Amino acid sequence: MKKISFILNGEKRSTYVEPNNLLVDVLREKLGMHSIKYACGRGDCGACTVLLNGKGVRSCIILAIEADGQEILTVEGLSKDKLTSLQESFIDHGSFQCGFCAPGMIMSATELLEKNPNPTEEEVKEGLSGNLCRCTGYTPIIKAVLDVEKRDVDKK
Amino acid sequence: MAIVQEFEYFKPERIEDIIKLLSEYKGKARLLAGGTDLVVRIKDELESPAAVIDIKGIEELKKLEFREGKLHIGALVTFTDLIDSDIVKEQFPLLWESSKTVASVGVRNRATLAGNICSGVPSLDSGPALLIYEADIIVRGAEGERVIPALNWFLGPRRTALKEEEFVREIVFSLPAKKHGGSYIKLGRYKGEDLAQVGLGILALEGNEYRLAFCAVGPVPSRAKKIEAFLNGKPLTDSLIEEAKKLVSEEISPITDVRATKEYRVHVAKIMLERGIKAAVERINGNGPAYGERLI
Repeated sequence: MKKISFILNGEKRSTYVEPNNLLVDVLREKLGMHSIKYACGRGDCGACTVLLNGKGVRSCIILAIEADGQEILTVEGLSKDKLTSLQESFIDHGSFQCGFCAPGMIMSATELLEKNPNPTEEEVKEGLSGNLCRCTGYTPIIKAVLDVEKRDVDKK
Repeated sequence: MAIVQEFEYFKPERIEDIIKLLSEYKGKARLLAGGTDLVVRIKDELESPAAVIDIKGIEELKKLEFREGKLHIGALVTFTDLIDSDIVKEQFPLLWESSKTVASVGVRNRATLAGNICSGVPSLDSGPALLIYEADIIVRGAEGERVIPALNWFLGPRRTALKEEEFVREIVFSLPAKKHGGSYIKLGRYKGEDLAQVGLGILALEGNEYRLAFCAVGPVPSRAKKIEAFLNGKPLTDSLIEEAKKLVSEEISPITDVRATKEYRVHVAKIMLERGIKAAVERINGNGPAYGERLI
């Protein structure tokens, strides 16, 4: 067992891990971050996407021990008092069918919008191309991401 | 699924410590950079390392530098780093274009070029760029460094010229002396995260010189020497392309698998040659489709 410490959703956290523990398991089971979904386990589907130092990564193919000293953001950390514009947009567009892919989609879209606040449809598709939706409900998801910019402008 | 196997984990801060660990564990240690391949293989029990050496603590391996016409890509440089680099986009657009086809953003944020070439799978998207720029791979071992030309790197599926107690320190791409344009076309089943059914990289240099390399249609990515020899010295015309297409089936030896039949692969490889070479030649003078635009 080795003690690792990292910033999780803005707070300092420490836990003990074995070298073969996966980040997804430690975050979900030890630290209660149940927004992260475990599906393919091979980095293909994106359901377990979290932001590691601001970049979307697959927590199912990262050793938990690699997160020592790093910064992790999950859906739980996106909204402290109120939802982000992106989350609101997901709700308004009904961008959920079973909802399983939604947290990963939201984290990948968060990364995309951080880098490129006004993406084209093609750019949204590319940014989310590694996140699979088994209901094939991609259209409302893409619309929700495209609508965020407009929503933020409307608010001002 | 959790990882069942147990292993030691090390995160050295100096290159010398990697070498020490590699010799201590005698082939039973694996280097971890992005882990997008290694962790999956450990999960699947295709790899059973006694030690995993996480190299992310070594700053000098993160370097991505362009100096004196050479691009030095450290072992920790990810595909996202390559895509985000203005130098790569401006000077080595073919490498940039092929990096954009690797898996998806979430994988590219972790996966490294060095890891990609060490995995050495037949479909690796970086293979053609590596071969047509004739990159050099700098490896370190207990006896110091040696340089392995990319053309001698791939020995078979998942087999490379890297010895057990060596590791890749950096990959060096040299800018061709002549004006040039390139293209990388990847045929996939859909526009998301998929491996190539056929990959084709083409570099066209001023003076009717052409370099071509395929991936995913043979045991290793390889240069298309017959097509190159046929094309070299000749200005590009439609009839020349038609003749070159006839040589495709002699250059590649695809298999039928879950992704495509061999006949389909050969057929589309010809179309890819046509579109790719036209784009590469047009791009010499900054015309043609923008880099990154899908040609198939």
